[in-house]
Amino acid sequence: MPKVNLIEAINMALAKAMDSDERVVVLGEDVGIDGGVFRATEGLFKRFGSERVVDTPLSEALIAGMSVGVAVSGLRPVAEIQFMGFICPAIDQLECHASRLRNRTRGRLSCPMVLRAPYGGGVHAPEHHSESYEAIFTHIPGLRVVIPSSPKSAYGLLLAAIRDPDPVIFLEPKRLYHLDSEEVDDDGMSFPLDRAVILRKGVDITLVTWGAMTVETLNAAQELSTLGVEAEVIDLATLSPFDPSQILMSVEKTGRCIIIHEAVRTSGFGAEIAATIAEHGLLSLLAPVKRITGLDTVVPLMRLEKYFMPDAAAIKASALELMEYA
Amino acid sequence: MDTEFKIEFQQFFDKGGNVVRPLPDFAQNAQELIPLYSAMLKTRIFDEKAVALQRTGRLGTYASSLGQEAVGVGIAAAMRDDDVFLPSFREQSAMLMRGVSMEELLLYWGGDERGSNFLNARHDFPICIPVASHFPHATGVAFAIKYENRDVVAVAVAGDGATSKGDFYEAINAAGIWRLPVVFVVINNQWAISVPRSKQTAAKTLAQKAIAAGIDGLQVDGNDVVAMRDVVSHALERTRNDNRPCLIEAVTYRLSDHTTADDASRYRNDEEVSQHWKSEPVGRLRKYLEANNVWDQKLEEVERAKISEQVEAAIKKYLNTPPQDETCIFDYLFAELPPALQKQRSEIADGREKNA
Repeated sequence: MPKVNLIEAINMALAKAMDSDERVVVLGEDVGIDGGVFRATEGLFKRFGSERVVDTPLSEALIAGMSVGVAVSGLRPVAEIQFMGFICPAIDQLECHASRLRNRTRGRLSCPMVLRAPYGGGVHAPEHHSESYEAIFTHIPGLRVVIPSSPKSAYGLLLAAIRDPDPVIFLEPKRLYHLDSEEVDDDGMSFPLDRAVILRKGVDITLVTWGAMTVETLNAAQELSTLGVEAEVIDLATLSPFDPSQILMSVEKTGRCIIIHEAVRTSGFGAEIAATIAEHGLLSLLAPVKRITGLDTVVPLMRLEKYFMPDAAAIKASALELMEYA
Repeated sequence: MDTEFKIEFQQFFDKGGNVVRPLPDFAQNAQELIPLYSAMLKTRIFDEKAVALQRTGRLGTYASSLGQEAVGVGIAAAMRDDDVFLPSFREQSAMLMRGVSMEELLLYWGGDERGSNFLNARHDFPICIPVASHFPHATGVAFAIKYENRDVVAVAVAGDGATSKGDFYEAINAAGIWRLPVVFVVINNQWAISVPRSKQTAAKTLAQKAIAAGIDGLQVDGNDVVAMRDVVSHALERTRNDNRPCLIEAVTYRLSDHTTADDASRYRNDEEVSQHWKSEPVGRLRKYLEANNVWDQKLEEVERAKISEQVEAAIKKYLNTPPQDETCIFDYLFAELPPALQKQRSEIADGREKNA
């Protein structure tokens, strides 16, 4: 079984999907001969040809908008937005059309498209290359927001997203693209959508996160374990539609919860999780629910970026603080 | 590099219904223009009744197409059934001809999503409200058509204001690069709500925006239904057989308010509007038909009575449509309702029981 990193797993999933389904087409800026700026589409142009791996003009609204037309026509477009910082013109199409066509036509038309975008910081990139806008997309009913956190989950979730009959925005934590490699079986098996994954079992505190922050969180959990605190780590994987059942079950057991995300705090998805715990799990709580998140600032350029990003030390400190409660 | 271009204004009839150049084959026999006339008349009567329904509180906001009937009728007459139509929100003339029912249009404007679940024209797109946002869809539809090597064409329609938007340009630009089977029609009715055409762009014509995208740009008298049908037919033929996408500017005038929620007297004077009444499309073709002895007052009355009866029957059906079950607001969000939403769905179902 090959050992691959996250970007290679994305590439494997794209190739598998294209190989097994002629309706799958890949499009975006530089996805063709260049193989994408992160090489997600490496080799696909050569293998599947220019009709299926399409370099678009530099037009984000077009990329999302034409994907709607392609998907409604019965193909399975997998489009790439080069960086999340450039996705804003494409949001119009997701909100106004991709997420609504099925509902608007009472099921007559549907929009099975995937929009992929690398997101998040920590790679010392220029301005507009480090944003985490995932919460914006969770405010669009009818759109799935899926975020992998490892090569395996990237492979399985991307295949699931491509096969899903509805639109999916697939956000790739680019900080993890080249971080770790693991064995990924290229068996075409997809992961279930709409389901959180328990990355680590524990009984003392629940840590909820997604994307690149799973790494910081798992590191914190490991350090906490040496201090006798066993944290349960939940990777949300699908942010919307939001299924809180795993989180609520875990909090019922631990009585403590920290939500960790890289996106700015105010109206971040952590707020949704905290509110859900307040509504449905308040009586199991032994301590206040905490959020460790990016600051309510513009993502700083690389020299100050570390002050913005949550890290394992902050998660650990906050967990220990919560353990002080009863 | 020097570049030159010319945008020709195409028309067969002048304002008075006089023939200004030899008519195309389909129009040689005046009798054969009666269906086009009847379709325009149907749209006009439907619009009148829809506005009346809104004024009496039985329909939501409605966008009349008064004065623009020839554009959609010409487009739809030129299209094949298996071509794909992507309308904006004032395309009732074309939609009716493509098989969308009056009852469905009323349902849509009456606030019921079932109006977009067309019984016929299953593959046509529904009404699109955000201006020009469906132009990229047309590019995508055409991309899929070409990918699957089908010989159909996507036809998208938007207004003059649409040409000021980025997605308009992004869509026509990509269609040019890939030589896609798509025809974009801009209905220049001179007004984007209160902003006149002269304040949308300094370009002399809207058709010439095609030049920047490397596709054909044509301008046609949108109040001349024969010219509309002829220009669109040729455009469809070129793109169907020769992969030549194009942009057509149909020059017309919106005689109505923007919608029933608008009062056009706030931004334009009656004199301007009455000038344009002199060149409206229905009367223009009627003059020609009458001059050729294939139409008269009696036939007009019979036709109007027949259409009114159809519209009244559709209104009756619309008003008697049983309401949707409120839980259906969840049922078409996804192919299968995710468990996370099942709870919210049962909450409104329970609420209904409580309130019963």
